[in-house]
Amino acid sequence: MTLEVRVHRRLGEFEIDVDFRAGPGITALFGRSGCGKTSIVNMIAGLLKPDRGRISVDGRALYDSNLGLDIPVHRRRVACVFQDARLFPNLTVRKNLLYGLRLAPRKARFTSFDHVVELLGIAALLDRRPGALSGGEKQRVAIGRALLTSPGILLMDEPLASLDAQRKAEIVPYIERLRRDFGLSMVYVSHAIEEVLRLADTVVMLQEGKVSAVGPLEETLGRIELYPVMGRKEAGSALATIVIAHDDTDALTTLRFDGGTLQIPRVNLPTGTHLRIHVRARDVALAVQRPDGISIRNILPGRVTEMADSAGAYVEVKVAIGGSSLVSRITRQAARELTVAIGHDVYLLIKSIAIDTNSLGILPPADYLPRITATARETIPGARSGEGEELLDVPLH
Amino acid sequence: MGHDELQALRLSLQVAICSVLAGMPLALVVASVLARCRFPGKALVDALIHLPLVVPPVVTGYLLLLLLGRHGIVGAWLYEQFDIVFAFRWTGAVIAAMVMSFPLMVRPIRLSMENVDRRLEDAARTLGASPARVFLSVTLPLAIPGIVVAALLGFARSLGEFGATITFVGNIPGETRTLSSAIYTFMQTPEGDRSALHLAIVSLGISLLALVASEYCARRAQAVVHGI
Repeated sequence: MTLEVRVHRRLGEFEIDVDFRAGPGITALFGRSGCGKTSIVNMIAGLLKPDRGRISVDGRALYDSNLGLDIPVHRRRVACVFQDARLFPNLTVRKNLLYGLRLAPRKARFTSFDHVVELLGIAALLDRRPGALSGGEKQRVAIGRALLTSPGILLMDEPLASLDAQRKAEIVPYIERLRRDFGLSMVYVSHAIEEVLRLADTVVMLQEGKVSAVGPLEETLGRIELYPVMGRKEAGSALATIVIAHDDTDALTTLRFDGGTLQIPRVNLPTGTHLRIHVRARDVALAVQRPDGISIRNILPGRVTEMADSAGAYVEVKVAIGGSSLVSRITRQAARELTVAIGHDVYLLIKSIAIDTNSLGILPPADYLPRITATARETIPGARSGEGEELLDVPLH
Repeated sequence: MGHDELQALRLSLQVAICSVLAGMPLALVVASVLARCRFPGKALVDALIHLPLVVPPVVTGYLLLLLLGRHGIVGAWLYEQFDIVFAFRWTGAVIAAMVMSFPLMVRPIRLSMENVDRRLEDAARTLGASPARVFLSVTLPLAIPGIVVAALLGFARSLGEFGATITFVGNIPGETRTLSSAIYTFMQTPEGDRSALHLAIVSLGISLLALVASEYCARRAQAVVHGI
């Protein structure tokens, strides 16, 4: 699946001018509130008309100002999950789910009512009305309703934004399942980096109506010049890892990545699970010698490849460790006193408890989107990935 | 109750029900156009629809006679081409009631349609629903409370119609003598006081019943629309 979006649209003083392509999997439109994410999604859906440009899915144009083409919303086969669910309040959950199913051409259907109901765990809700559902339940039904139209592409506009942390944690595994079970392409709009980290394969970073970066998640998040866009607090690296061991006595889990191993608090996942972790730059300390007698469990040797000086007190230092890289944020003063420079060998120190278990992204089997090197996989005898139900059983707090 | 009283009652109910049934589709179309579309001259259309509310009913009846009377502009043509006559027929009473109650029917439907969440309509479109289907499957069901109110107001206004009716279709027993005309007639006749009182009480009862029933229906509809 390829989604091509090249649109221009003026909204009062604000101007959206974007041009990007997205491949299969989940593409995150990421940016702060008011950067035009929702408008772009509305233009893909056909709810907002661009001034000019072209939008196509797999080469099929949905909109093309040069050709005077503007396929009406209901014939685009682009389903939406909105932040506010938008279930029909007068219909039961069952009828909400069936609404789009009946309208989908028979040939195009790739899933069945029963399958979706089971997948989203909404069998018990079928005869209720939306007014009697919790926020998380509504959103699951909304996902089901969109899915049953068998769309060519699924747009999700901040589907978790109005939910509390617990409800979010309840929904995320279902979104991961959609990617795994249907190989469905999704555009996921979010201003929350932890959601993007957990779910996205490709990131389109937006700033004031313009694209500031597009690319695979790990690569894009590794671009330290973009950190101001991401927000200083949450900015950090995404690391593709694989679960290799659990230590029950100390309640720790060991992850391997291309370049070393990391210890994090115990997660309830089978060994062999492909996991993406978020390492915030502010949680990574830097040393020029291997420190002794220190509580920090993860000490990783690497080499400085990039440094970005920002206006504040900080410097972002990108360090290559094997085939991966991590970013550390240190004060400018520290960088000067330690004489950190590109090409120097340094040690990165990461507290185990600093790894945000909320943003652990369970990746599909490696053959779906190869991102872990062969060496990493070979070190784990008999490791298999993408095991069924247990995968969803991640403790999120 | 005597034969004349029952006849007037039956005729009135018949005229009021027919007026609501015949007026409803038109009211739905006009209300949705007013609620959803923007076009030049919208204010004029709006004013024309509301005209019967402010014009004296007798004038409306007179205009109807000029328009639809057997020698009227449209009436003559209808008579010659299709042998259809409205003047001094009960069908004419339906038309008079319909015209008089039309603004009262359009208004609540329009208001409730304007209150239907456009975002739900957008959601339906992304699920593959054509504009016509969106209207029938989302807008209309969610506007039901307004439609119920419209039906009641239309029914009540039709039941009480007097001025336009008597001007347009007269006061013919068994044909156009509705409740109001009948009460008026009984009051003019020496021994008619009892009958007039009977009919007055009956119309009071019907109005009360309609009010209670519509209140109940509107409540039910509200509950359904709000998904409770």
